[in-house]
Amino acid sequence: MVEASSVEIRKVNKYYGPFQALKDVDLTIPPGKVTCLIGPSGSGKSTLLRCINFLEEYDSGEIRIDGQLIGYEAPGRKMSGRKLRAMRRSIGMVFQQFNLWPHMTALGNVAEGLVRVRGLRKAEAETRAAEALAKVGLADKMGNHPSRLSGGQQQRVAIARAIAMEPRLMLFDEPTSALDPELVGEVLNVMKTLAAEGMTMVVVTHEMGFAAHVADQVAFMEKGELVGVDSPAGILHHPEDIRIQGFLRTYHERNSF
Amino acid sequence: MDLSIFTEYGPRLLAGFRLTIICWLLGTVFGAALGLLIAVAQRYGGRTVRWALQTYIELIRGTPFLVQLFLLYYGGPMIGLRLDPMPAGLLGLTIYGSPYFAEIFRSAFRAVPLGLIEAGRAIGMTELAIVRRILLPVGLVSAVPALVNFSIILTKETVILSIITVPEVMYQTQYMATMTFTFLEGYFTLALFFWAFVEVISRLGRRLERRITRHLIERT
Repeated sequence: MVEASSVEIRKVNKYYGPFQALKDVDLTIPPGKVTCLIGPSGSGKSTLLRCINFLEEYDSGEIRIDGQLIGYEAPGRKMSGRKLRAMRRSIGMVFQQFNLWPHMTALGNVAEGLVRVRGLRKAEAETRAAEALAKVGLADKMGNHPSRLSGGQQQRVAIARAIAMEPRLMLFDEPTSALDPELVGEVLNVMKTLAAEGMTMVVVTHEMGFAAHVADQVAFMEKGELVGVDSPAGILHHPEDIRIQGFLRTYHERNSF
Repeated sequence: MDLSIFTEYGPRLLAGFRLTIICWLLGTVFGAALGLLIAVAQRYGGRTVRWALQTYIELIRGTPFLVQLFLLYYGGPMIGLRLDPMPAGLLGLTIYGSPYFAEIFRSAFRAVPLGLIEAGRAIGMTELAIVRRILLPVGLVSAVPALVNFSIILTKETVILSIITVPEVMYQTQYMATMTFTFLEGYFTLALFFWAFVEVISRLGRRLERRITRHLIERT
């Protein structure tokens, strides 16, 4: 079992100029659980996710990880880069576009943070990186550059890169949206394994199957607002809010043939 | 055609060739280094730094190399900057090339996907580590063709140094031609030299490009 973080999101607002991307968002992410964020595109779910590790700066409200405010010392006063980096060290992130470094091998991608951020010696870092890659089923692809890996393999390397840092919280930003359909399963399987180990996970996804079967809670967002949070069954099978019903109807129509 | 002049002036010409290559090499290396510094400072500097560097780029790009060289070599002494021809020439080449190199690096950095930088931030890398380990290596690879191209342009700018009496190949050829009235033979040889020189650089450049992009080729 991993040590798992909790996240408290309180009254978070985010503006892009006059456009309000997040409106008073409140959400509690319990430790060791999987929270899926769903909703139409442009609803703010990726923005919210990116606020959790402060890749996106929220303008007001609070996001606390294990009680510690991220990004700000106090409301309106930014945190130092050093403190922010220290907090990010225990937050893993997986991106839609994988974002592997193209000039490094799979092993190099995973070892990089261990050397530069954790200060491990190269040999030690590579041993741990190899373990992380083995865990995502890529022990035989360590020497490959990203261009020589399939999308599914690249995303698994990206997951290995994050878990090698031994995070207590993992953020997934539409991890399977850029993948060919036949490659989605291998990535979801790795994520299921992580979930089973008790990792706190926040997953922005369009994979309703994953949300239904793996998530402990599902949050639905629309137009920057958090419309509802409930068990997967509550959101996906018995939604009360008309906006959730509408979204699911569209989803089912698009996915039936 | 009188080819006997080459036995007499051959050593001078060879020395000129050598000096041209040295001027080009140092001018390119220093100019690229200065350009790289400018591009990094522009990316990470504040508003004032960015404005100052942009002004520098526009001033240098907006003026002829010969004018810059005269300002440096003839104008310099009036403000206490007394340089011999060779140092003046190298400094001139460095300054002249730097804004073009800076622009090449700037656009190469902009072409590095933001996601690669964010991936570094997300695991807690410092900005300096991100520049060294991600931005530079990824950006430089895409900059190589443009860098080779501009360094080729610089080979031909080196002849201007002859005007401030740097004894490079143009200077030596002029000397020989005026002494012996062998304008055709002299300048034809000079043209051949530059053509061969550029050909070598562009081949080396292509080889370098293939080598450093090997790992980027998608599997089929």
